[in-house]
Amino acid sequence: MAADNNLLELKNISQIYGAGEQSFTAIQDVNLTLREGEFAALIGPTGCGKSTLLRIITGLQAPTAGQVLYRGRALQGVNPHATIVFQTFALFPWLTVQENVEVALRARGIPTKLRTARAIDLLDRVGLDGFETAYPRELSGGMLQKVGFARAMAVEPELLCLDEPFSSLDVLSAESLRGELLELWTGGNIPTRAILLATHNIEEAVFLADRIVVMDKDPGRVIMNLKVELAHPRQRKDPKFIDVVDRVYMVLAGHTQPEHVELGTAPGEPGRTRSLPHITIDDLAGLLEYLDGLPNNRADIYALAQELQVNSDDLLRLIEAAELMGFATVAYGDITLTSLGETFAEASIRSRKEIFATRIRRLPIFQWLRSMLGAADKKQLEWDVVQKALELEFHAEEAERQLETAINWGRYAELLAYDDSSEVLYLEPTGT
Amino acid sequence: MKLSPRLFQIARPILRPLSWGDGVVFLGIAVLIYAGIRVGLAAPEIIQGPEINLSPGVLPYYASLSLGRMFAAYLLSVVFSMVYGSLAANHRQMERIMLVLLDVLQTIPILSFLPLVLLSFSAIFPQQAALELSSIFLIFTSQTWNLTFAWYQSLTTIPRTLFQASTIFGFNTWLRFKTLELPFAAISLIWNSMASWAGGWFFLMAAEIFSAGERNFRLPGLGAYLQEAANQGDLTAIAWGLCALVLSIVALDQLVWRPLLAWSERFKMQMVESENPPASWFYDVFRNSTLINLLHRAILRPTARWLDDWLMSRFPLPVEQGGAKLRRLRPWYLLGILVGLGLLYEAYQAGQMLGTVSLKQWGSIGVGLSATLLRVLAALSIALAWTVPLGVAIGTNQRLAVWLQPLVQIIASVPATALFPVLLLLVLGLPGGLNMAAVLLMLLGTQWYLLFNIIAGASAIPQELKYTSTLLQLGRWERWRTLILPAIFPYAITGAITAVGGAWNASIVAEYTQFGGRTFKTTGIGALIAEATAAGDYALLLAATLSLLLTVATINRLVWQYFYRLAEEEYRLE
Repeated sequence: MAADNNLLELKNISQIYGAGEQSFTAIQDVNLTLREGEFAALIGPTGCGKSTLLRIITGLQAPTAGQVLYRGRALQGVNPHATIVFQTFALFPWLTVQENVEVALRARGIPTKLRTARAIDLLDRVGLDGFETAYPRELSGGMLQKVGFARAMAVEPELLCLDEPFSSLDVLSAESLRGELLELWTGGNIPTRAILLATHNIEEAVFLADRIVVMDKDPGRVIMNLKVELAHPRQRKDPKFIDVVDRVYMVLAGHTQPEHVELGTAPGEPGRTRSLPHITIDDLAGLLEYLDGLPNNRADIYALAQELQVNSDDLLRLIEAAELMGFATVAYGDITLTSLGETFAEASIRSRKEIFATRIRRLPIFQWLRSMLGAADKKQLEWDVVQKALELEFHAEEAERQLETAINWGRYAELLAYDDSSEVLYLEPTGT
Repeated sequence: MKLSPRLFQIARPILRPLSWGDGVVFLGIAVLIYAGIRVGLAAPEIIQGPEINLSPGVLPYYASLSLGRMFAAYLLSVVFSMVYGSLAANHRQMERIMLVLLDVLQTIPILSFLPLVLLSFSAIFPQQAALELSSIFLIFTSQTWNLTFAWYQSLTTIPRTLFQASTIFGFNTWLRFKTLELPFAAISLIWNSMASWAGGWFFLMAAEIFSAGERNFRLPGLGAYLQEAANQGDLTAIAWGLCALVLSIVALDQLVWRPLLAWSERFKMQMVESENPPASWFYDVFRNSTLINLLHRAILRPTARWLDDWLMSRFPLPVEQGGAKLRRLRPWYLLGILVGLGLLYEAYQAGQMLGTVSLKQWGSIGVGLSATLLRVLAALSIALAWTVPLGVAIGTNQRLAVWLQPLVQIIASVPATALFPVLLLLVLGLPGGLNMAAVLLMLLGTQWYLLFNIIAGASAIPQELKYTSTLLQLGRWERWRTLILPAIFPYAITGAITAVGGAWNASIVAEYTQFGGRTFKTTGIGALIAEATAAGDYALLLAATLSLLLTVATINRLVWQYFYRLAEEEYRLE
C-alpha cells in the first residue's frame, strides 16, 4: 500500500547488459522516490543511464534487478499513468499536428468527437492554434516540442517523464518552452502529479526542479540528492541560484585525486580502468589556452560554461581530460591550470606533441596498449583484437569509443599509427 | 532537372559469408526441386498451346490478360512479404534462417525454376489453370524477395523513439501497423514495387513464350503475341505488339506508380521539405477533381473509417503484461526437428535420383555451365564498355540528362524477354546465330541496371570535388582514375550484381528456343535444362537446375561479396 503520497518508488534498480565476462553494468542499485507534487531532475554525464532509468520507470524496459513501485504496486509492463516527452520529439512525420495528438487518444479508445475537441483544446493551450493542419516538417524545433508536450498532456498522465526535452532546441525556444512548462505545472491546470526531467544541463535543472538527483557513470548510480528551495520564477543571476548551480558542478566535476587514483589501472588488471574521456585534442588545447589567459590561470567551472558557451557535459569531459593529463587541477568547483598545463598552452605545435606524448605514456591504458603491440608479431594488431581485449573492461560500444579516442590521442602524440583500410594498429617507429 | 532515382534504390541485403544456414537452405531448395520433379513426372506428354491471334484488335484483351497475371502475382507478393517480413523481424529464433533463405532466393536465377514449376503444376491442375497458376507463381517468386526484404528492413529500422512513443501511448497491433509500420515502410515499398514490376514483366514474358519439345506451355498474352508475330515474320504485328507493351508499361507508370510516389512524399522521415518532390500530373488531376473528392467524402472516407474502427476493435488494447515479452518457442523447435527429418529423408531420395545421372551428363552440365558463364561475362563486359562512358556523360551533364534520361527510361522499360523473338528474327540467320542472340538477350536484360546505377553514381559526385580536380588541373586520365572511377565504383558494383543475376535468368530462355517451327539450341546450362524438360529426363533436370543454383550462389558469395565489401568500405562518398 502507498502509506504516504509516494507516487513512484525505485528499489535497488540495476540494469546489466550482456552476460559473463563481457557484462556491463549500466545502472547499479538505484533507489529513488518521487512524491506527488514533486518536480525532480535527474542530472549526470552522458552514459550515466538517465534515459535507461526513464525507460525503466515508464515500463518500456524491465530492469535486470530491483523493483519499480507505482502507487505502492509493482509495475507490470508499460505504465498507463506515465508518459514521456522525447528529446527528438518522436512525432509521426506523416500525421498533422492535430492527428499526432489525436492518435494518442485513439489508442485509448476515446471516441472521435471527444478526441478532436480535446486535441484542439490542448494545442490551443500550448499556443499552437492555427497550426492544427500543419505537418511536423513545417514547424520549428520549439513548436515541435510543443506538440510533443500537447500529445503527452492529452493522455492526462500522472507522471510526466521528460527525456532531455530542450536539448535539441535552440537557446531561445528552449527558454520560452521552459517558462511555459513551469506555467502549466505551477498553475495546476494539468492533472500531472509529478514530473521527472532527465537533463545534462545543470542550469536548466536548477531553474525547473524542486529536487536534483545527481548521477555519475561507470556504473550509473545516484551520488547526491539536492533540494532546491527557491521560489518560482527563479532568477538566474540570483546569488542563491548561482550557489546551487555551483554546488552541482562541484559534485559533478569532483576533486582532482592523487595521481595513482586518477590514472587507474591497466585493462585486465584488478582495479578500475580509467576510461579516456572522448574529446579532441584541439578542444582541450582551446580550453587550456583560455585558462592561460585568465588571471591566476583559474576559473569557476560554472562561469566557464557560461563564457565558453559549451554545454556542461562537454565541458566536464574536457576538464576530466585536463585533470588526467595533469594539465589542470579541480577543487571546490574551480579549475586551475598547472605549470605543465601552462607550458602546454604556450608551446609550439611540435613541443605540444612532445609534452602530450610524455603525458600519455603514463596512462596505464596506453602502457598496456603499447606493450601489447610491442609483443605482437610485426608490432601490429588488428582493431578487432584490441577491441575484444578492451571489452573485458568496457561494454562493446564504450570499448570502441575508448579505442577510437586512444588512437586519436596516440596519433597526435605520434606514438601510434593506424591504417584505416586494413584496420591495423602499429607502434610508430619514431615513438618507441 | 534532378535525376530521378527510379530503379536505383533497390534494397539489397549485405551479402553475408557462407554459414551453416546456407547448407540448410540449399538442402531445402534441393528437396523442393526434387518434390516438384516427382510431381512433374505425371505431367502430360503433349501440351497443346493456345492459338495466338495476330490482329491488333485483340491486343487490349491480351494486354489485360498479361496485366491480370502481373497483378495477381503482385498481390500475392505483398501479402507474403508482410507476413514473412513481420515474422522475421519479430522472432529472433526464426530471423536467422529466414534471412539466409531470403538472401539465397534473392540472388539465384529464379527463372531456372520455370520448367519445373510448369511441369509440376500441369501434373496437378487442368492444363489452362496450371499454366496460369505457374506463370503467377513464377512472377510471384521474382517479385516478392526484394519486397520482403524492404518490409523487414523497414520494421527493423523504425527509429527507436517512434517505436517507444507508440508503446508508451499504448498502440495496439492495428494502430501500430497503420500509423507507424506501414507509413514508415511506404516509400521503400513503392520503390521496390516498381522494381518488382519491372522484374515481373521479364518473367511474365518468359512464362508466356516458353515451350519445350512437344510441350507447348505458351499462354495468351502480349509475350506470346510478340513471339507469334516474330515467328511469322509479321513486322506490322511486331510493331503493334511492342506498342501495346510499352503503352501498358508507361500507363502503369504514369497512372499508378508516379501518383503513388507523389503521394508518398508525405512519408519522408526528413524534417525538411525536399527541394524537388516527385510530381505527377495524374495525381494532381485526381486530387483536384470535384467528382473524385465527392466520391472520397461520400463513400471512401466513411468506409475507411468504418474499417478502421472495426480493425481497431478487433485487436484488443494492450493489457498490462509482465515486462519484456519472452515467447516460448518450444513447439517451434519440435516442428523444426520434424521438418528437418523430413528434409533429410527427401534429400536422400533426391540424392538417389542424382545418382542415376551419368558421368557424361555431369560432364555436359560442366561444359554448359562454363559456356553460359562465358556468355554472361561477355554480356557484362560489353555492357560495361558502353554504359560507363555514357552513364558518366549523362550523370555529369545536366543538359544531356534532361533529354536522354526519359528516353532511356522508356527503352529500358521494355522487358528484354519480350524482344527476344524479335531479336531471333534479326540474327538467327547470321553466323553464330543463336549464340549471338543469347548474348544479346543477356545484354538487353542487364545493361540498363548498369546504366542507371552509373548515372546515379556520376550525378552524386560532389561539386567541390569536381572543382578541386579542375583546379588541380588533372589530366583526363588522372581525373578518371582519382575521381570518377572510384566515385562510380560502388554504384557499378550494385548494378553489376543485379545485372549478372538477370543474365543468368536470361540463359534459360535464350539458349534453347523454338522459332518458325524449328528448334534452335546452343551449348549452355539453359539449353540443357530446357532439353531435359522436353525429353522428360527428370534426373538431368534436377542435376542441371541444382548445379546452376549452386554455381551462381557460389560466385555471388566469393566474387561479388568481395567487390561489394570493397565498394561499401573503401569507395562510399558520404
